[in-house]
Amino acid sequence: MSNSVISASDLSLTFQTNDGPVHALKDVSLEIGKGEFVSFIGPSGCGKTTFLRVIADLEQPTSGTISVNGMTTEEARKTRAYGYVFQAAGLYPWRTIERNIALPLEIMGIAKAEQATRIERVLDLVNLSGFGKKYPWQLSGGMQQRASIARALAFDADLLLMDEPFGALDEIVRDYLNEELLKLWAATEKTICFVTHSIPEAVYLSTRIVVMSPRPGRVTDVIESTLPKERPLDIRDTTEFLEIAHRVREGLRAGHEE
Amino acid sequence: MTRIWQGKTGPVIVVVAAIVMIWYVFVVVLNAPWERDQAARAGTTLSFTQLVRNTMAQERPVLPAPHQVVAEMWDTIVNKKVTSKRSLVYHGWITLSATLLGFVIGTGLGILLAVGIIHNRAMDKSVMPWVIASQTIPILAIAPMIIVVLNAIGLSGLLPKALISTYLSFFPIVVGMVKGLRSPEAIQMDLMHTYNASAAQTFWKLRWPSAMPFLFTSMKVAVAISLVGAIVGELPTGAVAGLGARLLAGSYYGQTIQIWAALFTAAALAATLVAIVGIGQRMVMARMGEIA
Repeated sequence: MSNSVISASDLSLTFQTNDGPVHALKDVSLEIGKGEFVSFIGPSGCGKTTFLRVIADLEQPTSGTISVNGMTTEEARKTRAYGYVFQAAGLYPWRTIERNIALPLEIMGIAKAEQATRIERVLDLVNLSGFGKKYPWQLSGGMQQRASIARALAFDADLLLMDEPFGALDEIVRDYLNEELLKLWAATEKTICFVTHSIPEAVYLSTRIVVMSPRPGRVTDVIESTLPKERPLDIRDTTEFLEIAHRVREGLRAGHEE
Repeated sequence: MTRIWQGKTGPVIVVVAAIVMIWYVFVVVLNAPWERDQAARAGTTLSFTQLVRNTMAQERPVLPAPHQVVAEMWDTIVNKKVTSKRSLVYHGWITLSATLLGFVIGTGLGILLAVGIIHNRAMDKSVMPWVIASQTIPILAIAPMIIVVLNAIGLSGLLPKALISTYLSFFPIVVGMVKGLRSPEAIQMDLMHTYNASAAQTFWKLRWPSAMPFLFTSMKVAVAISLVGAIVGELPTGAVAGLGARLLAGSYYGQTIQIWAALFTAAALAATLVAIVGIGQRMVMARMGEIA
């Protein structure tokens, strides 16, 4: 595939622990194309976060190959190919929101004036305009997570890696942020890899859902979503939505019973 | 009035008053034998009130009364010219200058060692045991040798004393800063890695700001023991000048009031230094967006 952003084949990763080897990933092969929204779903220990960390060059695979934008993961990281959003917002408490967003820009040596326009733009994208001068503790958990997304967007990487970004938030905030994320995806046309353990979240957001299962961590099913690109929140009550959700649940159960 | 009791002031006053009362009781108990002895030699007997009054007005009491110490401090701090050898301000300044110089060198050395330890695996393995071992040697044993050795190579005066302060004060800084510089969470470190940040960028933008609360806490301990170091450093120099010299001279001549006055001056100095570091901490933390 010429337009594939991430290409993994027979990827395995084994952690050596005191209790013996742990097979976090085993023989994972996956192609992710440009502009896709791919969710990774599965119980804890299925390797979904590990896979994301391998893409980000935060973990090294034991065997198999992976390329990001046609490069090795290390080269991709060095060209700042992706923005990473962690489970926790991880904002620096001693920096205001706009200075937090400026952090990657400072590190990349972007001029002050350019920084200001970019900060303005991404704050607007995540609906946080006017909160730039606030410190993280002055914001709610949902707003902090939005700020961390803005930080990941600030340097305009085409790939966004999100590791359960809304896992710690309540359902109402989560619904709202899911809707916002879809709008943002439509507006920026980025490729998004999204780790979650919520079935409705995965079905609502994705163009493709990768179902994973633990011990060893592997891909058990890949489900193409038939939902339209335009998705209001009440699409979750349609039969089409419920059918996909059912298939995801079946996939998770099958992986569990093996 | 009620506000005093709701805050810290009320309890502090009560505790101080209690300590002073207990102190006076001990003054009578500890100084009475000498009074009785004197009276017996003179062949007179003392009434109880006379005895109590005498125990609080001795020239070389076993335990001076609080008001005697206060009077001595007032006399030697306020009434004497600051250039006088009998002025506590004069001696206090000599000790303070060694304390501050030693504290500054100790803080710098401590930070440098901590930076080395967190960035270099070999230093991590090798330096820390030596740092800890250095503090197991009694400072009283090593202080005279530092003074003598440095004197032999032509260094005398302020610097040798300051180095003894340094010897004590770098320790809490190293320990605190190693912990502080390692305090960033895993995801904060991962984040810097995803930005492909250099070691210097990670240090200045993440490790250093994260370590600030640790640095100030360590500096509070360091500045107080720095003063102890300076006083100890003054003892083997033959009691020439400084609060340590006043303590030593006082004990040579049995001038207990002078000893206690020097002790309290040293304590007040230490409290002031710790408070100044505390103010610095609050200012820096306020700039870092923390609500104090």
